[in-house]
Amino acid sequence: MPETPAKETRASEVTRLTNAVTSDVSTGDLRGSTQPAGQVPLIFETGETGRANRYFPNGRSLEEFLPAHVLRGALPLPDNSELEVVRHFTKLSQRTFSIDTGFYPLGSCTMKYNPKVNDAMANLPGFRDLHPFAPDELAQGALAVMYDLQSYLAELFGMAQFSLNPAAGAHAELAALLIAKAHFAKRGTSKERTTVIVPDTAHGTNPASAAMVGYKVVSLKSDARGRVGVEDLRAVLGPDTAVCMMTNPNTLGLFEDRIHEIAAAVHEAGGLMYYDGANANALMGNARPGDMGFDLMHLNLHKTFSIPHGGGGAGHGPVGVAEHLVEFLPTPVVTRRTGGEQPAYALDFERPASIGPMRSFWSNFAHAVRALTYILANGGEGLGEISRLAVLNANYLRVKLRDVLEIPYDEVCRHEFVASAQPLKRATGVRALDIAKALLDRGFHAPTIYFPLLVPECLMIEPTETESKETLDAFAATLRAIVEAARTDPESVTEAPVRTLVGRLDETRAARQPNLRWS
Amino acid sequence: MYTPHTQSDIEQMLETVGVPTLEALLRVPDAVALKRRLDLPEALPETLLVERLNAYALQNKALGHTSFLGAGAYRHYCPPVVGSLAMRGEFLTAYTPYQAEVSQGYLQAIYEWQTYVCLLTGLDIANASVYDGATALAEGAIMAVNATGRRAILVSKAVHPNYRAVLRTYAHGMELEVEELPLAADGTTDVAKLDAKLADKRFAAVALQSPNFFGAIDVPGAAARAALASSGTIPIAVVAEAMSLGALAPPAAWGAQIAVGEAQSFGVAVAYGGPYVGFIAAGTEHMRRIPGRLVGRTVDGEGRPAYTLTLQAREQHIRREKATSNICTNQAHCALIATIYLAALGASGLRRCATLNVERAHALAERVARVPGFTRAFSAPSFNEVAIEVPHGMTAGGVLAALQEKRILGGVDLGRWYPEFGRCMLTAATELTTDAEIEQLGRALEAIVAERKEAVRA
Repeated sequence: MPETPAKETRASEVTRLTNAVTSDVSTGDLRGSTQPAGQVPLIFETGETGRANRYFPNGRSLEEFLPAHVLRGALPLPDNSELEVVRHFTKLSQRTFSIDTGFYPLGSCTMKYNPKVNDAMANLPGFRDLHPFAPDELAQGALAVMYDLQSYLAELFGMAQFSLNPAAGAHAELAALLIAKAHFAKRGTSKERTTVIVPDTAHGTNPASAAMVGYKVVSLKSDARGRVGVEDLRAVLGPDTAVCMMTNPNTLGLFEDRIHEIAAAVHEAGGLMYYDGANANALMGNARPGDMGFDLMHLNLHKTFSIPHGGGGAGHGPVGVAEHLVEFLPTPVVTRRTGGEQPAYALDFERPASIGPMRSFWSNFAHAVRALTYILANGGEGLGEISRLAVLNANYLRVKLRDVLEIPYDEVCRHEFVASAQPLKRATGVRALDIAKALLDRGFHAPTIYFPLLVPECLMIEPTETESKETLDAFAATLRAIVEAARTDPESVTEAPVRTLVGRLDETRAARQPNLRWS
Repeated sequence: MYTPHTQSDIEQMLETVGVPTLEALLRVPDAVALKRRLDLPEALPETLLVERLNAYALQNKALGHTSFLGAGAYRHYCPPVVGSLAMRGEFLTAYTPYQAEVSQGYLQAIYEWQTYVCLLTGLDIANASVYDGATALAEGAIMAVNATGRRAILVSKAVHPNYRAVLRTYAHGMELEVEELPLAADGTTDVAKLDAKLADKRFAAVALQSPNFFGAIDVPGAAARAALASSGTIPIAVVAEAMSLGALAPPAAWGAQIAVGEAQSFGVAVAYGGPYVGFIAAGTEHMRRIPGRLVGRTVDGEGRPAYTLTLQAREQHIRREKATSNICTNQAHCALIATIYLAALGASGLRRCATLNVERAHALAERVARVPGFTRAFSAPSFNEVAIEVPHGMTAGGVLAALQEKRILGGVDLGRWYPEFGRCMLTAATELTTDAEIEQLGRALEAIVAERKEAVRA
C-alpha cells in the first residue's frame, strides 16, 4: 500500500503548516473564528428579474392614481429568491469579525460582550412598534425608560442632567460645544471666547466637532508623564478660552491625577471643562467627572453600556451638563411630574434657551432600552465592579506583555494601555501594522494602532472586563510568538495576513480610482 | 456583570500585577474621590430584569390603538427574513470595519447599500450612512456651503419641520443663514419667485422635499429648474419617506445634485424615533466633500477583488479639525437592515409595496372626504399621506383628541408647526392599513360630527 504513507506525510505536512500559523500556543478555540474562503458575488450579480417573493397582495397600478410625469421609469434593483438572500447575507456574516466570534483588544473602543437580553428587550413590541408621535399619555413607558436612564447616568457621572437626544459620541460633542457657545452668548462673551483646547491624546472627533462650531483648536502637548501639564495648560489659557476638552483616563490609559488643578485653572480663566466619555468604562461607579470639575460631558452608550456596535453604528451619545448649563440642553427634554397617582412623563419642547433639536426624533430609543437593561442587570455595585475588572484585565495584559513589546508608560494603567513596536521596528523592520495583520491571521482582531499619535509605532490595547484570563493569556502568548517570528523570520510577519479571505489591500488604488458602487 | 472572573482568577491576576486589591488599581486623588455610595438600583437577575422591562413596555398604551401616524416615521411590513439575518451576531457585534481583511462581509454589504442608494436616487455616489434624515439635510447643506463658498441656505417650508429645526441648530453653530421658501395653495412649495430669490447668488443650496411634509409630490417645474441651473445654487432633494422611491421619479430626474433622506421605511422599526438611517447621495463632483464613511472596491496584493473604507483623508480620525464632518459612528446596522430589506423585496416587491401605499392613501382620503365637512386640504397629488381639513368650528387637535377616545391615532396636528393650518391633520396610510381600519376611521369621524351636532343642539 504505497499510497498510505505518502498521504500521511501530506496530511501531517498540512497540519504542520497550519499549526505554524494558528497554533503558536495551545489555545484551543479561544482564538477568533477563521472565516470561510471564497468571494461572495454582489447581490446585483445574482437573482433573475421577476423572481419575486410574495410579501404583498396584488392590486391596481400606479397609473390609476398618479399622473405619469411624476412616476419612475425603470427600477433597476435585482430580484432574488428569499433563499438566495438568506445565503448571500449569511455568507457575508461569516466573513465578518465580531465580538461574538473573537477577541477585540481595540483601544478606546470598549468592545465588551453585548448581552443578548438587551436586544430582546429592545425588541419588545411595546418599544419596537411605538411611533415617535404617539401622544405622551400613551407613551408613558418609553418616556419612563428615557427619564430613568438619564437620571441614572446623571447620578453615575455626577452631572445635573443628561439629554438622550444626540445619536452618537461625536454628535454629543457637537451638542456640548453648541451648549458652550450658548453659555458664552448669554454672558455676552461668545465673540471673545473662540478657542478650544484639546490635548494631543484626544480622539479625532474632538477637534473636528470644535471646528463645526467655528472654534479655533489649540493642541496641547502631553508632558513626560503622558498627561496634561498644568503649567503648559496655564500658558495657553486666556480670555479667549472657551472649552478644554479632555478624556480621563486619557487615551494612554493614564489617569489625569492633577485633574482638579486643571479644572480650577480652566474655570479661573472663565472656560468650561468638557469630559469625553469614550473612556468611561475605566471609572464608572468609582469616580465621577462631575466631582473632577467637568461642566459638560458625553457618553458612548455603545461602548461603556454594552450596546452592540453593529459594524459602525448606530450608537447612542447622551450629553450631560452641570446645573448652570441645563437650560441649554437640546430639545426635547423628558420631564417628570409627581403629585398624581402615578408620575406623569412628558416631552418638553418649550425651552427658550435650548440649542434646539440635534436629530429628527427624540433619541436612539431602542438603544436607550438596551442601556437601561444593562444598568438594571448590573446595579450600581455591579457597574463599579465592571470598571474594576476592566482595569484589572488591562493591567494584567500590560504586565504580561512587558518583555514582549516596549511599554512606554509602564505604571498602573486604567482600562487600556499603549505598547510600542518602535524598538522591534529598529531591530527587525517589523512595524505595528505588521503585528496587527499577523494577529488577524491568528484569529484575533488587531488593537488600535498608530493612535494616540505621540507614541511611535503605537498599539493601544483595551481588553474589557468580559474577557477571561485564559483569553488574555492566549492573546499575550500569540503576541509573544509574533514578536519571536519577527526576530527569526520577519517576512513571515510583514507578509501577513495570509490566512484571511484577502490579503493587504491596495489602498492607494481605492483612493485614486474610487469605485464606490456597482454599475 | 457578564464578567468571567473567579475569585482565584482575580487573586492570581492581582498578584501578577503586583497590586493588593482591585480598589487599589483605581485609586484617585482624594480631592476627586467618590465620597458616598451612589444612589442606583440593585442588580436584578435576568428573570426579574425581563419582568421589569416588560412593565415599562406595557405602559406604552398606544399599541392598542389603530394608527394613522406618519410624518417622518412609517409603519411598514418587514419580512421576518430581514431581522433574522440582520440580528446575526457577526453583524450586530462587529466594530467599524477598519481591519478590512477580516471584515469583507460587512464591507461588501455597505458597498451594496451605497449602490442601492445610488440606484434609487439616480445619483452617482452615496455614503455609508449618517444619523437620520434631519442630520442628512444638515450635512448636505454643509456640503453645498463648502462647494460654493456661499453661507446661506434656502429651504422650503414644506420640508419636515423637525428637519428644518435641526438644520437651524447646525446652522447656528456654523453661523450660516437659513431662509424659507413659502407654500403654494395646492400644498407644494411656491417656486414662482425662485428666480428673483436666487438672483443675488447668496444661496449655497435650495432644499426641497418630495413627497413633502404634507404628503404632496413636490418637485420643481421647468422654470424653477432653469432658475436653479443659472444661479449656481445646489439643488438638494429631501426624501423623508424612502418608500416613495419605489414609485416616484428619482431626485436626479428633476436635477437634484445632492439627495438626502431617511430610510427608516426599509425595514427599520419605528421604535419611538430611533435609531433610523440617514443617507446622502450626490454627483461625483462632490465625492471628496461627502461626510462620513465610504466603502470602495479595490484589490489585494494578489489582485483579488476586495472592499475597504476609502477616501479617509476626509474624515476626523485623519484630518481632525480639517475634516469634512465630525461624524464617526454612523448607522451601519440600520443601513444593513435596509440593504437586506431591499434585497428581499427586489424591484418587484418594492414597486408593489410603494403602489399599495399610494392605493391605501387614496382609499383613506376618499373615505374621509365622504364624512360631512371633511375635505382634502391640498389638491396636489400625494404619495402615502394626506392633509385633511376638519369642519369649520372644529380644530385638528380637537378631532385628534376625540379620535383618541375611540382608540384611534388619527395623525398629527399640523397646527403644531403651522399656526395657519390649525384645522388640518396629517394622516398616513401604508400597505399595512386595512379597509377595516379606514372604515373605522371614517365611522369615528362621522360619530364625532354627529356628537358635535348633538352638543350644539343641546
